Amino acid sequence: MSRIFVPKDVAAIAAGANRVAETIGREAAKRGLTIEIVRTGSRGAFFLEPLVEVETAAGRIGYREIRAADVASLFDADFLAGGDHPSRIGKTDEHPWFAGQTRLTFARCGVVDPLSLADYAAHGGWKGLARAIVLGASATVDEMIASGLRGRGGAGFPTGVKWKTVAATTAAQKYVICNADEGDSGTFADRMILEGDPFALIEGMIIAGFAVGATKGYVYSRSEYPHANATFARAIELARAAGHLGANVEGSGFAFELELRVGAGAYVCGEETALMESLEGKRGIVRAKPPLPAIAGLFGRPTVVNNLLSLATVPFILAEGAKTYADFGMGRSRGTMPIQIAGNVRNGGLYETAFGPTLGDIVEKIGGGTASGRPVKAVQCGGPLGAYFPPSLFDVPYDYEAFHAAGGLIGHGGITVFDDTVDMAEQARFAFEFGAVESCGKCTPCRIGTVRGRELVETILAGRASETTFETLTDLCETMRFGSLCALGGFIPYPVMSSLTHFPDDFRRAVPRAAAE
Amino acid sequence: MHRPTPWDADRARDIIDAHLALEGPALPILHALKDEFGCVPEAAVPLVAERLNVSRAEMHGVVTFYHDFRRAPAGRHVIKVCRAEACQARGGRDVEAAFRRLLGLDWHGTSADGRVTLEPVYCLGLCATGPAALVDGEPVARLDADAVREIVEEVAR
Repeated sequence: MSRIFVPKDVAAIAAGANRVAETIGREAAKRGLTIEIVRTGSRGAFFLEPLVEVETAAGRIGYREIRAADVASLFDADFLAGGDHPSRIGKTDEHPWFAGQTRLTFARCGVVDPLSLADYAAHGGWKGLARAIVLGASATVDEMIASGLRGRGGAGFPTGVKWKTVAATTAAQKYVICNADEGDSGTFADRMILEGDPFALIEGMIIAGFAVGATKGYVYSRSEYPHANATFARAIELARAAGHLGANVEGSGFAFELELRVGAGAYVCGEETALMESLEGKRGIVRAKPPLPAIAGLFGRPTVVNNLLSLATVPFILAEGAKTYADFGMGRSRGTMPIQIAGNVRNGGLYETAFGPTLGDIVEKIGGGTASGRPVKAVQCGGPLGAYFPPSLFDVPYDYEAFHAAGGLIGHGGITVFDDTVDMAEQARFAFEFGAVESCGKCTPCRIGTVRGRELVETILAGRASETTFETLTDLCETMRFGSLCALGGFIPYPVMSSLTHFPDDFRRAVPRAAAE
Repeated sequence: MHRPTPWDADRARDIIDAHLALEGPALPILHALKDEFGCVPEAAVPLVAERLNVSRAEMHGVVTFYHDFRRAPAGRHVIKVCRAEACQARGGRDVEAAFRRLLGLDWHGTSADGRVTLEPVYCLGLCATGPAALVDGEPVARLDADAVREIVEEVAR
């Protein structure tokens, strides 16, 4: 029986994957063929979606950008045997987009049936947990420290050190929280794992709980991800029924329970202390630190708060060993990063690679330049609070420290490409507008600063700016950067000041001639 | 689409009570009330506050903090259009403008006949295939002027 793989990732569904899957089923029935359609996550090459794959003796053969109307011609071309067709890309693994990647965190995503425990086990699942249990809790923490894994949410704090702090506390109840509140525009890696390899996250959270002595885990996801939440909720049920979760995890005597919670459209809840307030049932208001969540977190108890990508990488590190992971990367950025190439780019999607390629290679070589065919003008790295990089900075290597030195940040790994039609002053205005909508309101620099900042940029856009306007804007950004309680207010200066620094002409353009002279 | 049921205090109490065993049950309760009634009605706030043993003011604060917990039901169709940067980079601002113009609605607006609500959303995770939107919960991507017109005609039926 032929096995056909059609993604059910929401990006593939948006491109018509559900209709394609239905049509393949109908067409096979019409032709009296017995097939099995496996609905996978996405492999991350969104420019190929819907990417239909067929299992053949030679391996999995891919067919790109399939529409329902193409299905009959696929059967005519004998695609079940890997037959030739204009959309055929050959063996998927050998396509340049996939061949150049190092898939550690995303090894299974898009390949397996995300809700098949048998698939998960057959592709290396549960090996990390088994090794952690053999190692014991404290050696598991040591292994995480040795891996050099840094928080993939953006802050880049060493994950193992965080675990060690929580492990050292004594409390009747500790928690593990997965921050899956992936609000950054230009990012979709968390969503892809929730939809495409949910058991990897579950395994990572069990290992985290085992290592620090926490028996309860929460995944805090977004209401903007209904498909991901449905898949992940089902994955929890399946894992529990199979004994991977519960009072006696896999017969080890260790208890761990997991619950999915869904936010309600507040970007600031991606900040870890606001997230915990929200989990507790309060307004998502940022807390002052200290105390650190590791000491007094959810309900005042010691809590590990890790990004989804960090937790989904844990099973690989434990299964293959810290050194295997740490051997990838450069400098203090060890391992791989699932880079999300988005916006106006020809080959958009998720590309997992060891740290180190230059920004220019990511945008031009991997991403293939702009989708519009126009020159690249700016690349926003790290979401709405990340800096805009001009092409003159394309030689910066993808590395936490190098990006910081260039006045930016890696954040959650998003890279949003803009062509030369973008107005950077308008982007600066939008950064403030977004911040004003999403500010939690606790600290003055962010609550007032975002509104005043928007007004200042609007003054510039209206051509009513004087030199003091720019001085005030710069001063405001300084105040927000150093005076805000969290990264929302603290990082809005990144997109604003990088726009002003690298694209000053866009801010002068709107000044009426009389005022400029 | 699931049709919201009219306000029923007893039904609301049942929903609230079904979640009381959870740690920090407020958000799951508010989501469940919204799923049932299409919004979190004013009358629900004191009920939740009482069961959770917090003040009405505090619960009002929670409900109004989150964009999702609307106070009145949305239209029969809900279009959530992504306004974030990755969609902007692919022509999202034109798509935003087209939705607003063709529907004759501003953000958060509902048509007078209760047929359609237009909501902004900041990122659906469809950032490599934007401009994107959710139409009654279903994702649509690579939107352009023609696609927007089709969607608006579809919900007008």
